[in-house]
Order: sequence, then C-alpha cells, then structure tokens
Amino acid sequence: MSDATTRDNIFNPVVPIATPPAEIVPAAPTQQRIAAFKDEAPRYADGSRVPGWDDPVDLTKDPATIPDPATTPVPEALRAEIEGLLPRYPDPKSASIPALAAAQRVHGWCSPTAIEQVACVMQLTPAYLIAVASFYDMLDTKPVGRCRVYVCTNISCSLNGADALLDAIQGELNEGDDVHARGFECLGACDIAPMASIDGTYVGPISLDEVPTLVDQIRKGEEPLPEKQLLKRPSVDPEANG
Amino acid sequence: MSSPHLIFKDIDEPGLNTLDVYLKRGGYENLKKALQMPPEGVTEELLQSNLRGRGGAGFAMGKKISFLPQGQMDKYVVCNADESEPGTFKDRELMQKIPHLLIEGLLIAGYAAGATKSFIFIRGEYAEQAEILEKAVEEARAAGYIGANILGSVHTQDLWVHRGAGAYICGEETGLLDSLEGRRGNPRLKPPFPANQGLYQGPTLINNVETLATAPLIIEMGGAEYAKLGAENSTGTKLVSVSGNVTNPGNFEIELGMKSRDIIEGLAGGVPEGRKIKFWFPGGSSSPVLTPEELDLPYDFDTMAKAGSMLGSGAIIVVDDSNSVVDVALKLAKFYKHESCGKCSPCREGTNWTVKMLQRIDTGVATPMDLDILESVQQQIMGNCLCVLGDAMAMPLSSMVNKFREEFEEHIELAREADPYPEEAVA
Repeated sequence: MSDATTRDNIFNPVVPIATPPAEIVPAAPTQQRIAAFKDEAPRYADGSRVPGWDDPVDLTKDPATIPDPATTPVPEALRAEIEGLLPRYPDPKSASIPALAAAQRVHGWCSPTAIEQVACVMQLTPAYLIAVASFYDMLDTKPVGRCRVYVCTNISCSLNGADALLDAIQGELNEGDDVHARGFECLGACDIAPMASIDGTYVGPISLDEVPTLVDQIRKGEEPLPEKQLLKRPSVDPEANG
Repeated sequence: MSSPHLIFKDIDEPGLNTLDVYLKRGGYENLKKALQMPPEGVTEELLQSNLRGRGGAGFAMGKKISFLPQGQMDKYVVCNADESEPGTFKDRELMQKIPHLLIEGLLIAGYAAGATKSFIFIRGEYAEQAEILEKAVEEARAAGYIGANILGSVHTQDLWVHRGAGAYICGEETGLLDSLEGRRGNPRLKPPFPANQGLYQGPTLINNVETLATAPLIIEMGGAEYAKLGAENSTGTKLVSVSGNVTNPGNFEIELGMKSRDIIEGLAGGVPEGRKIKFWFPGGSSSPVLTPEELDLPYDFDTMAKAGSMLGSGAIIVVDDSNSVVDVALKLAKFYKHESCGKCSPCREGTNWTVKMLQRIDTGVATPMDLDILESVQQQIMGNCLCVLGDAMAMPLSSMVNKFREEFEEHIELAREADPYPEEAVA
C-alpha cells in the first residue's frame, strides 16, 4: 500500500483507498447509444451543458434597467391591453404572465423588443420578465412559427399513437410554413386522443390519413377538422343527458 | 349501477354556459340562500357534507375554510383550474359547459371565508374554456352577482379569470400562488399553509374547480343529505376521467364507492377487442399503478389509499397488454423531468437521473442492478422536497418497477442482445 493512497484529516481518519484494478475495462457502447445520450445533453460553446451561459455578455453595456417610457415605443393596442390587466390585481406584478402572452400575440414570440415593451408598460426590468417567460412552455423565448400546433405526447395520447401523429404533422410541414408544431405535455383532452391544439382549438382524435388535410387547413388559416373539434363533442356519460 | 348526476345533470343543454339558461334551471338561487345564512352556517354545511377536495389531495373543504382567520382583512379565494395532471380532463368539461356553477360556488365559498377578491387560475392551454369562462364572468358581473354588495347583502367579492402559460407545477397550490403573483411557479414551504399565508402573503382559500362547483349543490340539498351519498369518508359524487386504451374515453359522474371495474369496463367500454388490461392508474399518472386483480375494488379515497395507490384527481388511465411497461415508465419520467421546477435537489436531479437510467434500460446498456439504483433514487426523492412533484414520479415508477420487475429485466436482456457490444481489443 503506497502512502499516496491514505488520507489523513479530521473527516477521514487514515483509511486505505483502494484503486480500481487495472484489468476491468468497461465495454464500449455502440455509436448509436452514444449519439442518443449526446442528443439528450448537448454541450455548448464553453463546454457547459446549460444553454445561454455561452452567450457572450456585452461588457460595454450597463445592465438593462427599467425601460424609459419616453424612449420605448409601445403599440397603443398592446399598451391598452396590459394597462387594462393591471387594476385587476392588488399587486400589478401579477399581470406579468398575461402581459407577456399579449406581447407574444403581437410579436409572434417573446422577443427582446416584446420583453422591452412589456417591461416599459409594467415598469419592471427586462431581466425579471425573461426569468418569468423562460419558465413557461407557452411563452417562447426563441423565434418560432406564428401558428402554434401543440400535439399532446403525454401518456394517454401516447397510448393512442400520438408520437406517430407528431412525426406525421412535422413531416407534412414545409420549411417556409409559419407554423410551430411541437410535442406538448398533457393538454387535458385525453378523451379525444390522439389530439392537437391549433392555436388553442382542440381537435381530435386525429387519424394519420387526416394529417395532410389538417396541415393544409392550418397553412390556409381555415378551421381545422371542424367535425373533430372538442367544443362540438357531447358528453359520453350515458346518464348525463336525461 | 346508476349514479346520481348532480354536476352533469343535463350537461349538454344548449346555452347552459349562458346566464339566461343557467338562471332558468334555478341558477344562483343557492347563492341567495347562502347569503341569507351567516358565513359560519355555510361553513357548517360544508363541514357536515364531508366534501373532500376533488383536485388530488382530498382534504376536507369545510376544514380548509375553517383554517382561515376570522375578522376583517384582505382574504382571497383562488380556484385551481390548472388541470394538468395527465389523464385528467374533468374540470375542462365542467368549465366549458356549466361555468356559472363554478362562479356560484366561488361566491359561496368566498362568502363563507370572508374573502373580497377571487381569481380563477385556468391553464393557458384551455384557451376555449377560458374564453367561455370569461364571458360567463362578465355576464355575472353585469347581473350584479360579482362586485360590491352582492344581491343587496354585505358581501363584496371581485372575480377575475387569470390564464396560466403552460406549467404542470402551477397546479400545485403554492406553485399556483407564486405564478399568480407574477413569478416563476416555484412551490413554497408548507407550513405556513395558504390558509394563513397564501396569495400576497394573505389568508387564501384555494380549491379545485369541482370542489367549488359542488358548494352550490351542498347548499341546495344540505350538507347532511350530501353526506348520505357515496362511501364512508368519501361522500358524494365525483367526476372521473377515463382514458388510455379504452373504447369509450370521457368524463363520467359516479357515486364514490362504485366498483372500479364498472367504471372502466362498464362506462368506459373496457379495452379494445382481443386485448387485456395490463395495469391501470387510478388517480392520474401520479398514482401508483394497480393490477387487473384490483379492478373489483370500490373507487373511493380510503380504498385506493389502502391498496397502496390514491384516488388523486379521479383520472383513470388504462394500459392494455399491447404496451411495454418500460415505454410507459420512460414516458412518465420524461414528463416529470420536464415539469420539475428545479427548486429542490432531490426532484431536480432525481427526475433527471431517473430518465437517464430508464434510457439506459431501454437501449440495453443497463444491468438489473440499475433497477435497484432506480428504486433507491425514488426512495430518496419521496418526502424530501417542498412539493410532491418528485413523489408524483417516484410513486408510480416505484410501483411499476416492483410489480413488473420481470418485464424490466426481460427488456434489459432483449435490448442487450439486440445490440451486442462490439468485440474490441482495448489497449
């Protein structure tokens, strides 16, 4: 036992530390599995696994303060909408999430401009609003297509083929479509599984052969699969309607 | 097998979401009745009914109201309409078809609690239901049911609909309160409970949609009458959402204590032809799974708890034998990892590692020892965090690994054989 393998401190009295025997070599997993794990935990520029930490900080600028209303142009309709929300709450900060949602409707995503405008009307710092926006799935902090198609891929829908539905919808869309189709967590419509929410309209159950029609309707801004919309669905409880 | 239909009575009546039709069937009469009683009288009726919370925790509603401090101060009532538990969609139908029942319930609860401001926190994804609810609130406000001196009484209560933006953790009561305050939806340490320090640190009554919607019905029939329905310690009727591999998925109003088999195979039509039930979640994806042998258990709070699971939100998810338990486990773990708010280490790290371990099991780089490590991680998550999201993953996963261990081990073996290690000489 060499001296280098012992430890001598108050936390760990002198205890021999075993070194692993040299012969055990873990078998190399195949490239596919390596790739699968790499996809799940990508590394960014500085080697960190946290996105955004590699965005360079502009050290020539001061930290962003509350935007000055005199120098921050805000569309009148957006300002009116946000100011209409503020008196509802004892603490106006409560309006942050609805205000961000309103700005996202105007700008298409929670862009730096959108954040700045909300910050100006609510007199908060942009950093605070970005912290809030980055928490919620429905607020996009990266630019995405304007029409949002959420395909539920949670357990009940997944048992009814939701993963294939998402692949089909994403495969059917083209590069230029202003549509953001993504998997989403349980949308609370497990009775029409597999389903999708197209800008809030719940549609389902969607069969794979209906996907081209659906995507075409989405592109053209038409009503998606009208006969399959949730609002039109009666209760399935046999005793619900006397 | 018939159940009294209190909430879902003639639920598809055209225009039921409007004030006119709601008034025609006796709407807001129970609010009038409640306002003529002293607030303690309303609380007493709710206590006598033994109504247990319908959102998942099952805490007695009357008791919760009695926890709020008496006296003049800013008190709040919050309706938890952030229905995000996978498999649950009962509140969606309630809010969409009979929103005024919820509004009336909120006003009655607000009167009992002495609250002056109330909010309905509805999940952002329910955009259509939120729109219907907002219209109903405006109708009620215009008719004088919301605002100052309601119906000529001394009670003043304001009500606004607040839309969330997509986070499961905002269904947790303190996560909801943080989100309602305009912050990231991180849960808080309890105690102090929302009844003492809730919204804006003031006394807050926070209840599920269905719980509040039951309040007018209890005022109508009386608490003691309501307590006669259902099972012992699980009184009344419950809206149950059945989904997964069933032929007639949907919401059903059942009397608590009904046999689970009658719900799944009777009302929901059972699994498709040629398949068998493999396992089922009695209370949403956060509940430990039960086997087909336990289908004859009555569906109520205590029986489900004794069986090692929970009634939870009343969402039954049925999985048939065409599915692999490993796939279901991985799907579940990914959901909880995504939705973990990140505040507490056991949940933030535990959900992450559970997903990684399940991926290793799925792709064949695991050994049966990984199942033991997986189980030990779940044990270290449970009870060690501020909220129960970590437990909500740990409990079902633990039950799946315990009840279907052979299938996990078989999957590990098959996955390893399908992709054998390359024979490489190592330097």
